[in-house]
Amino acid sequence: MNVGSWLLWGFVGTVVLTALLNGSQGLGMTRMNAPYLIGTMFTPNRDRAKFIGVVVHFIDGWIFSFLYVAAFQSWGAATWWLGALIGLVHASFVLTAGLPLLPAFHPRMANEQYGPTVVRQLEPPGFLALHYGARTPISIVVAHLVYGAILGGFYVFP
Amino acid sequence: MPSAAKIQDYAAVGDGRSIALISRDGSLDWLCWPRFDSPSLFAGLLDSRVGGAWSIRPTQPAKVERRYLADTNVLETRFGTATGVLVLTDFMPAASEEAKRRMLWPEQELMRHVECDQGEVEVQVDFDPRPDFGRSRAVLRDAGKLGLRLDRGSHLFTLLSDVKVVLGQSGAACRFSLPADSSATFSLSYSSEGPAVLSPPSETFSKKLELTVDWWRRWAARARYSGPYRDQVVRSALALKLLSYAPSGAIVAAATTSLPERVGGDLNWDYRYCWLRDAAMTVRALFGLGYREDAEAFVSWMLHATRLTRPKLRVLYDVHGESPPPETELMHLAGFADSRPVRVGNAAQDQLQLDMYGGLIEAVTYFVSQGGNLDREEQTLLRQCADYARDHWQDPDNGIWEPRDRRECFTLSRVLCWVALDRLLEMHRQGRMQRIPVEQFSGDRERIRRDIQTNCWNETLRCYTQVRGGETLDAALLLLAVFDFEDPSSDRMRQTYQRLQKRLRAGPGLIYRYEQSLEAGEGAFAICCFWVADFLARGGSSLDEAHEFFGQTLSYANDVGLFAEEIDPKTGDAVGNFPQAFTHVGLINAALSLAEREERERARHTEQPVHDRVGVPRQQMAPEVSA
Repeated sequence: MNVGSWLLWGFVGTVVLTALLNGSQGLGMTRMNAPYLIGTMFTPNRDRAKFIGVVVHFIDGWIFSFLYVAAFQSWGAATWWLGALIGLVHASFVLTAGLPLLPAFHPRMANEQYGPTVVRQLEPPGFLALHYGARTPISIVVAHLVYGAILGGFYVFP
Repeated sequence: MPSAAKIQDYAAVGDGRSIALISRDGSLDWLCWPRFDSPSLFAGLLDSRVGGAWSIRPTQPAKVERRYLADTNVLETRFGTATGVLVLTDFMPAASEEAKRRMLWPEQELMRHVECDQGEVEVQVDFDPRPDFGRSRAVLRDAGKLGLRLDRGSHLFTLLSDVKVVLGQSGAACRFSLPADSSATFSLSYSSEGPAVLSPPSETFSKKLELTVDWWRRWAARARYSGPYRDQVVRSALALKLLSYAPSGAIVAAATTSLPERVGGDLNWDYRYCWLRDAAMTVRALFGLGYREDAEAFVSWMLHATRLTRPKLRVLYDVHGESPPPETELMHLAGFADSRPVRVGNAAQDQLQLDMYGGLIEAVTYFVSQGGNLDREEQTLLRQCADYARDHWQDPDNGIWEPRDRRECFTLSRVLCWVALDRLLEMHRQGRMQRIPVEQFSGDRERIRRDIQTNCWNETLRCYTQVRGGETLDAALLLLAVFDFEDPSSDRMRQTYQRLQKRLRAGPGLIYRYEQSLEAGEGAFAICCFWVADFLARGGSSLDEAHEFFGQTLSYANDVGLFAEEIDPKTGDAVGNFPQAFTHVGLINAALSLAEREERERARHTEQPVHDRVGVPRQQMAPEVSA
């Protein structure tokens, strides 16, 4: 594995992924604010949560890029479309398993069945994160496709 | 359905970003989220069929009493019915930043809580939001325990309650009985980012009410005012705070658009923006009451906003200092009491109003007199504004009342050009302003003064007139004394006041703004009434007369102490946009002048020197010119 290439393109991919997710919120495609969603696991303070969320999201992005690179290594090939394909699988997992499971381990997230409580007041994502807007799945899929394409397109084998 | 309430039947609750208007019978008929000038979510005020409303009321006829909890903007409405007493509490939660950091807090929230105080009362709730002034179809979705959701792309509105609200053909509704000491709570929240914070209403109500009451009371307690009419002054300060946009410090002129200046007429304007001209009086009111942080935030916003367009200033700005949208008419709305058209945006932004240059510089003068410093760029901005006033003071403009059909050489506009030069020279003399061309500024200042004294004074009528060489009067001429252009006790000002009383008096404590008001069928202009009291208190007449006039004007406040722009002299009804910052600023400044006069008279009787005058910067900056 080319560690330097992994770290560099993992970082670039995460920057673009974050920018796309935040940009789609700014453009009104979705209300989902990923850093806020993640950061509120650690603090109820809105501003601090966003800061912590960005940091954690970056670390996550790097960790996940390792899995992408591991797949490229095992296949012996890295192309933009292979990366995008993994991105599609990744996004599908996030939408169908990752986000819907969030109320189970997010300490401040409400449960659809019982509703909000004093401690758990955050709106759960719902199926395909549709609670955060009808076009949320599109923005998540597009962001992950681009993330994967960057890793697949630019990762250089040792 | 919302009621056909009068303007004075409304009270306001807010959160420093938006305001909701709630009628005496519990109908929330006006709310724009997320900020004052956003499209409405409820606009039943402007059209009861189309605009949308949210009412919570007893099903039986009720005798209504209401009040704000002391020194807060938490509204309490008591409905006395044949079977019991229902108390409705309305507020938008507010808390210190520190408190907000410790708990999840919706981006914006409005809480409504009903409690049965005695007996048993049946309650009807009708929730009928109509986004974008009723232009968009509201698709409410029942998300079970997550409440009723109105999803508008990047905007989510959620209604949570501890009683089941059922979706209907239009909106949602419920009816339930409350026995004594039982209650129901509703929380409407707004979110632009997910995950939204959904506060469980009944569990968080008490804590949020406590925090909100505490927050408002702490703010109100910062008022350093111990003069007469303290309750009304503090209420006005609280109203002004409701109209200030917390993130930027801007203060909007009013919470509404198109409440008519003449009921049934077309004098309907959007006041949900910030007028630069009002700055001087607003800053005087805030500093005068001791709200230094709010005043400084307002001045900072003003200097930021004007930096973008200097040296030419815009007449009005939005809360972030940007240009408001072009004026459009919402023809689908019937308007308040059939007063069409309803307008959004304000075309006055394209007018020439020379008075705002002096207004801006006067506001900064208050800021400097209270210890504020101007950086190099701000000083350059002020010099450029003064240069603009020097170059254009002879031009006809649209003046303080913004007529759309003509420009004239308004006396007040010229006086404020004089103020611009006078205050800069004063700041320079105090060493607070560098690199002023003193000789040119002094020369122009004198030229403007001579022109006003010669050409804006009508020798036949023995008074100042509305325009250069004119014959009509304008209550704004009283500001010649307020801006120290004339001594309030001078013959000229007394004669002008007497002539104003003859031509513009509308009743006890009431005055029209100008002679054209009579033809237009407008009401008496509320701030002009307070200018009269201010003028009298400054020395235009006796203290008793000032008190009498002020007291008479105060009697036109509604039951919770709020004023609109105008007052109908025949009925005493509020007319025009509501609540109106300018009116409350006028009330505060008149009260400050009364307090100063009282102090002066007390000092004269006890032969002690006057000190610690409130809010008059020139005297603080230049003690040698003090009385």
